[in-house]
Amino acid sequence: MTRSKRLPVLVAGCALLGGVLAGCGSGGGSSASGTTDTLSVGLIAEPASLDFTTTDGAAIPQAMLGSVYEGLVRLDQQGRIQPHLAERYERSDDGRTYTFHLRRGVRFTNGADFTADDAVFSIDRVKKDWKLKIARQMDVVEKAEKTDDHTVKVTLSRPSNGWLFSMTERIGAMFSRTGVADLANHPVGTGPFELAERRRGERIVLDRNASYWGTKPELSKVTLKYFKDAGAMNNAMLTNSIDVLGTVQAPESLSRFADTNRFRTIEGTSTGEVVLSMNNAREPFKDKRVRQAVRHAIDHKALVDTARSGHGKLIGTMATPTDPWYEDLTGRYPYDPAKAKELLKDAGAEGKSLRLRVPNMPYAVSAAQVVKSQLDQVGLKVEIEPLEFPARWLSEVFTKGDYDMSIIDHAEPRDLWTFADSSYYFHYDNPEYGKLLKEGDAGKPQDETARYREAARLLSDDAAADWLYLMPNLMVADKNLTGLPVNQVGEGFELTGVRWAKK
Amino acid sequence: MRLLLRKLASLLTSAVIASFVVFAFLAVLPGDPAEVALGTNATPDAVAALRHEFGTDRPLVTQYLDWAQGLLHGDFGTSYVTHDLIGPRITDRFGVTCWLALGGMLVAVLLALPAGVLAAAWHRKAAGALLSALSQAGIAIPAFLAGILLVYVFAVRAGALPAGGYTPLAEDPGEWARHLVLPCLSLGLVQGAVLTRYVRSAVLTVLHQDFLRTARAKGRRRRAALWRHGLPNAAVPVLTVLGLQLSTLLVGAVVVERVFVVPGLGDLLLQGVADRDLLLVQGVVIVLVVAVLVVNVVTDLLYHLLDPRLRSR
Repeated sequence: MTRSKRLPVLVAGCALLGGVLAGCGSGGGSSASGTTDTLSVGLIAEPASLDFTTTDGAAIPQAMLGSVYEGLVRLDQQGRIQPHLAERYERSDDGRTYTFHLRRGVRFTNGADFTADDAVFSIDRVKKDWKLKIARQMDVVEKAEKTDDHTVKVTLSRPSNGWLFSMTERIGAMFSRTGVADLANHPVGTGPFELAERRRGERIVLDRNASYWGTKPELSKVTLKYFKDAGAMNNAMLTNSIDVLGTVQAPESLSRFADTNRFRTIEGTSTGEVVLSMNNAREPFKDKRVRQAVRHAIDHKALVDTARSGHGKLIGTMATPTDPWYEDLTGRYPYDPAKAKELLKDAGAEGKSLRLRVPNMPYAVSAAQVVKSQLDQVGLKVEIEPLEFPARWLSEVFTKGDYDMSIIDHAEPRDLWTFADSSYYFHYDNPEYGKLLKEGDAGKPQDETARYREAARLLSDDAAADWLYLMPNLMVADKNLTGLPVNQVGEGFELTGVRWAKK
Repeated sequence: MRLLLRKLASLLTSAVIASFVVFAFLAVLPGDPAEVALGTNATPDAVAALRHEFGTDRPLVTQYLDWAQGLLHGDFGTSYVTHDLIGPRITDRFGVTCWLALGGMLVAVLLALPAGVLAAAWHRKAAGALLSALSQAGIAIPAFLAGILLVYVFAVRAGALPAGGYTPLAEDPGEWARHLVLPCLSLGLVQGAVLTRYVRSAVLTVLHQDFLRTARAKGRRRRAALWRHGLPNAAVPVLTVLGLQLSTLLVGAVVVERVFVVPGLGDLLLQGVADRDLLLVQGVVIVLVVAVLVVNVVTDLLYHLLDPRLRSR
């Protein structure tokens, strides 16, 4: 009797589970949205906050810059500076004054008009309220003043080309005087999108800004979905729950997206140099010959083939193809283990033990293994030590400088300056280099290109570090999508031009 | 009643000790919240200023007392990273993890009760041996691996279920259930296999007890005797294991949440550790610890209710 009472419960339970399983077959097959004006992008590493004025990390400007926030100037796909919220700007002959003529009819998403007061406010605010070191890029500004409601005059204490460039990035973002109360959760900008919803640990949803001043995006809604696990993101792409895989973490996984009836792979350049750093302040890397030996000992082509399935351009210095001063410097240190051994012998550094302390990220660990095996071949004893990123790596390697070698992607655009500061964790110290950068910054824009090119060569010749490869901008997208940015040139993920092909 | 009070007192003591251990462990964990927040853009001045703002430059004892005092008032503090209250964030996420753990438990029980009883009843037959072997195999598979396999089969290949993500129950119950099926299965299958072993051995033990023979002698058939007298007796040891397993599930959810992109407590915990958002991590761990303690107390009380023999002690 009892049996007849209990068994149905079990059966019902199983049926319930089965029903849920069976009832879902209809979900597969269509695109993530089902419609042609929404988009869902998969990204790694959710921003902890939406406020890039107080919290560092590439994920915040990636989500916010260009979509929610805009600057007076912006970068185009070739890395050139173009007017944006300023419809034009003039540089004085001495390079110390910039006059920005602001576009009219621009409005913030809180309803306020964008005027010269907001521009002055935003520029002043960097010095006053920003907590990050990049805020120092604004130190060169002596004063920013409003000439009239739509004209702003910025006076620099010395001419600086770098300043104008930095105005295309985070520190150039224009904020509303009445919209900065809760930047961590409620960003207010002038961009083509505005924040609609943020679900912690999961997603950021952006809606098209209905009152946008420029060409309105075709997409009415963009969802940025954040994954902690590359495998989970790949599965989401394969099961159509995202339309774009924003950053392919492991190039070997590309084979899963080989079906050209569904997917398209986009590969362009980024601003991320994967740097094999050598602690210039410590033995044995104090000696330039040892650093040169390391550069000769590494077969970069083989490294990219092994660790990156061939995805990653070789660069040879701290410059990327979208920098005006870029040139291919890979020929300066050809793969030559015999020469490397000779240099090590000259420097008396044969058989030295080295600690290669890398962040525990797949790209760094897989590159480290190749570097180790290649350096072992010229007689160096390399020990790989993966450190938890960001916390431990930042504290041990970056802050304390307790390392011999490390590997990390320096993702910031135009980051030659990192080598000019001898307290930066590379500890590269060459006054000549700093001088070149200063001259380039202060000269006419064409001088900037010439001097920076010279500086990049010097850096390479001095073997201040080794540049393993350029991180590719590698995406997988639904094949019906167009307008995705091929090159990653600045800090923001450009979504404005993305559209679905008419079906 | 006295038992309840005793249990509660031991729960409180354990919680206090746990809070101490959690705090001490995080204090020695390398990495500084201020350094992480400022990243590669840090200057020594800015780090010092931020440490002061966070209060992490104060003596550890002050920090601990401050935190513990807040906890007593239900105040988990403010996150270093996101600058919002930690309490509500934990409550949000805790619900999700509870659904996962309960769903996993349901799968485990639905699987283990029939499988375990049958394996015991048929222990001399081939089918019983097969069930035992299957449960052994199940124990050997870690939950995250089960998750990856399930995703591959049901989401990527068959396209029947979502590969990851979560929809709140209030928003869309159907979607909620669909998103929970695979994570609950991957948690539950493994725990179910473990539980099957316990159910089988508990039932085997009672099968050889005198009272069962007596029941058979009174004329009940074997199956009826097992249902009426055997299973209630077998339930006591199984219940103990269930309580332990619920705790395991809560903790196991941490890994499964990552595989399935479920925004639960585990996901929050790992994020907190990565950001060195110490107050957040402390809060999550203490909530998990208390949850496990409560489950244990409830289990204890339950089998006092189930088994009259324990009450007399």
